[in-house]
Amino acid sequence: MRRLSMAVIGACLTPTVAQAQAKPASTVPPTLSAPKPLTLPQMVERTLPNGLRLVIVPQRELPVVDATLVVRSGSEADPRGKAGLATLTANMLDEGAGNRDALGLAEQIGYLAIRLGTGATFEQSSVSLHTTRATLDSALALMADVVLRPTFAEKEFARLKNDRLTSLLQEADRGPALADRAFNAILFGEDHPYGRSTSGTREDAETLTRDDVVQFWKSWYRPNNATLVIVGDITIADAVARATTAFGAWDRASLPVLAKNTPPAASATRIYVIDKPKAPQTSFRIGGIGVARSTKDYYPLMVMNTALGASFTSRLNNNLRETKGYTYGAGSGFAMRREPGAFTARAEIVAEKTDSALIEFMKELNGIRTPMPAAELAKTKRYLQLGYAERFESTGDIASQIAALVPYGVPLTALGTFNRGIGAVTAADVQRAATQYLDPSKLAIVVAGDRASIEPALKALKLAPVEVRDAKGRAAITP
Amino acid sequence: MSIWQPVGRATAVALLTPALLMSAARLLPAQSPKAPASASRIPFEKFTLPNGLEVILHVDRSVPIVTVNSWYKVGSGDEKPGRTGFAHLFEHVMFMGSQHVPVGKFDEWLEAAGANNNGSTTFDRTNYYETGPSNALPLMLWLDADRMGWLLPTMDKPKLDLQRDVVKNERRQSYDNVPYGRAYETMLPVLFPSTHPYSWPVIGSMADLGAASVEDVSEFFRKYYAPNNASIAIAGDFNADSAKVWVRKYFNSVPRNPDAPVRPTVPPPRLTRDTIMTMEDRVQLPRLYFMWHGVKTFSADDAALDALTDIVAGGKSSRLYRTMVYEKQIAQDVGMNNGASKLDGLLLLSATAKPGVHPKQLAAEIDAALRDVAQNGVTERELTRVKNGVRASLLDELSSVLGKADRLNYYNYFVGTPDYLEQDLARYERLTVADVQRVAKQYVVGRPRITMTVVPEGKTDLAFTAGGSH
Repeated sequence: MRRLSMAVIGACLTPTVAQAQAKPASTVPPTLSAPKPLTLPQMVERTLPNGLRLVIVPQRELPVVDATLVVRSGSEADPRGKAGLATLTANMLDEGAGNRDALGLAEQIGYLAIRLGTGATFEQSSVSLHTTRATLDSALALMADVVLRPTFAEKEFARLKNDRLTSLLQEADRGPALADRAFNAILFGEDHPYGRSTSGTREDAETLTRDDVVQFWKSWYRPNNATLVIVGDITIADAVARATTAFGAWDRASLPVLAKNTPPAASATRIYVIDKPKAPQTSFRIGGIGVARSTKDYYPLMVMNTALGASFTSRLNNNLRETKGYTYGAGSGFAMRREPGAFTARAEIVAEKTDSALIEFMKELNGIRTPMPAAELAKTKRYLQLGYAERFESTGDIASQIAALVPYGVPLTALGTFNRGIGAVTAADVQRAATQYLDPSKLAIVVAGDRASIEPALKALKLAPVEVRDAKGRAAITP
Repeated sequence: MSIWQPVGRATAVALLTPALLMSAARLLPAQSPKAPASASRIPFEKFTLPNGLEVILHVDRSVPIVTVNSWYKVGSGDEKPGRTGFAHLFEHVMFMGSQHVPVGKFDEWLEAAGANNNGSTTFDRTNYYETGPSNALPLMLWLDADRMGWLLPTMDKPKLDLQRDVVKNERRQSYDNVPYGRAYETMLPVLFPSTHPYSWPVIGSMADLGAASVEDVSEFFRKYYAPNNASIAIAGDFNADSAKVWVRKYFNSVPRNPDAPVRPTVPPPRLTRDTIMTMEDRVQLPRLYFMWHGVKTFSADDAALDALTDIVAGGKSSRLYRTMVYEKQIAQDVGMNNGASKLDGLLLLSATAKPGVHPKQLAAEIDAALRDVAQNGVTERELTRVKNGVRASLLDELSSVLGKADRLNYYNYFVGTPDYLEQDLARYERLTVADVQRVAKQYVVGRPRITMTVVPEGKTDLAFTAGGSH
């Protein structure tokens, strides 16, 4: 019962008896009815004569359309010494295209109030459009200009290159950004694409030329290397017709072949300190080389990682935030790429608890390798399965779910088998996945923070050798 | 700029996936010139329980998910000096369990049902929400009712201390360890007198967070966390009759507060002349800020100031992007924002200098652009772009059941009815180029302002020091 409050005593004219006796209708949580099954929308695949693959999802409830073009090449294809080229190429697409210059294009996009975005990650470059049905014709024409007819004007290139160099300079302001860059460089080595940042480095950015951009675009932006996802208020026939009008004249070409990368062998656990003087928090990035998207252990890893660090009640967040109060949030994730990407556990930790936090991180990374209690396994699986419907709420959500499969050649049917895949995961599967892909004796532990205060404490732990690296993850010259 | 984002409980791992686009069925955006955007509305039903709790229902059965969104009419604007940041700290404590919900179970039970949850605090209000599969609705309502009615019996110092530490880390992660992160809170007490609750940021100071006591929690709860100081909006896939039964069952027994709180009356802003400030930070490049006194949200000139700030420095088709970032390339970024809140408002413009550029060059360019608007006005096409953009972004915000529920509560709180989307859009449709020119003169050009330069440590020669050129 609620304590009698001063407010109640003071309120002479109100029925104080009722308030003093206020009781909840139920002291236990309600029993829930069975969840409704999710019916995924109809998804149709077509291929245009030039090789462009279409995925069309009619969603007629609202007069809006999302269109996402995914080119299956990204920063992975940056040539040696040209890191950052894929993202710069993507950024250049909407800086002048068709008969509009950069400002003219921005003005038209603003005036139509559509969204047209370009970008690149390791394994893809993409152009995404969100428009109302009423502006669909103009919007698709602009999108086609941006993909097929970018002007790559020299003065726009010079401006964006300058913008890139300034952004790279500003990265030094942010400890978390330094930790990200150093972690990948240390884990993969700078010779591996995943060891480099998609935004490149100052040295590389300075060598980039307009011709590099044109060459990257000509080599990789080809219909036979792309998928166009269209979701929204449109019929299948209309979508095919409009895609043909916009992209039918796009010429196919043979694609360059990229060399396979060899991930470096994992080395013994080591702590790498990146100095960020006076930082009030230490940025932790702890991990190793994980798995490719094609892994047969996709579902066991998803369950294991969700329990470890990908939900609010996960072990890392529950320990480091909700029990210890060392951080605003802790988590973990597997970057499942075309080739094995990083597993990373991360948090921003108050500087004075840097050593204590590392002990807790290690406790959880070891603990997840022991059998998972049945209740935790059940909660985690239900969280993933019952929360799945939310990923398909809007046209943009649906387009994202489909686009995420494209770079890895995962079939659309995977979207429909998610809940079955999660459902089949056993405690033994989770333990096997944790044991196989998460080895506490072979971790890179990167901490970016105030070296003067955190290095002595980390050394005193005697948990692993401590080494100072510079902001790029390279051996530091300072003693 | 992100200064108006509420301060919240979210972490990198627990963030809800923002649903950027529209699928929710019942919102009707403009389709042709014959159906103007002002025809848009979100159908809803509203009723009030005997204890004063306002309940808003919006049924959208397109996807089997539901959201419960609770607004309490309290924010950092209700805090007292010495306890800054308390409304937000209290928000965190609301997730630590209540009399019938042991510590940790609030999140555990929701996750086991496939649901996510979060909350956020602004100057004016605090919100809480759960989103998940539609069958989880009774659980969401029961959990929210238990903490609305029975938070205090199990409240203790360990719960408060734990969230105090979490919030201090939120402050470090979002402000102290972020370049330029302390600029905004440094300017606020110059614009507002120290007795005005907008003179401190929502996150509060480290010292005040340290001073908060369990007694403060009890007092705050009794005063503000009552059904007659709250509204809940339920949106998504549910049967309205069933929802009403559950709402009445769980919330009717929550006692009202017989002494409903009144918001403080506040002194007027104290900015009567130009103020020039400099702040050193661990940054590579100087950034210049201008701040002016603005207006209350939904007051007469609020929409015109939104248009002005958008035309001057809102994105790639704005004037200052064109001159400073694109043509002269003296700035790495530029942005301007109309921050209108319930008790008062402010306008903020910022620009980061390119390497080798002195902030006084930025100031000259900004002042020339502002003078040009005041003297020559803006174009019809610029204003149309603003109107189109407002319509599109408003409709996109309502693309998820969570977005719609939050919007219904927003209107209910700020204008007294959830049914205001059409009128809200109409505020912008009515604007003329003359309105925009007038507010530029009335609120910005020649008006007292705060100028602050954040400079790299030890480089105070990069500060803007000469004032009054505007």
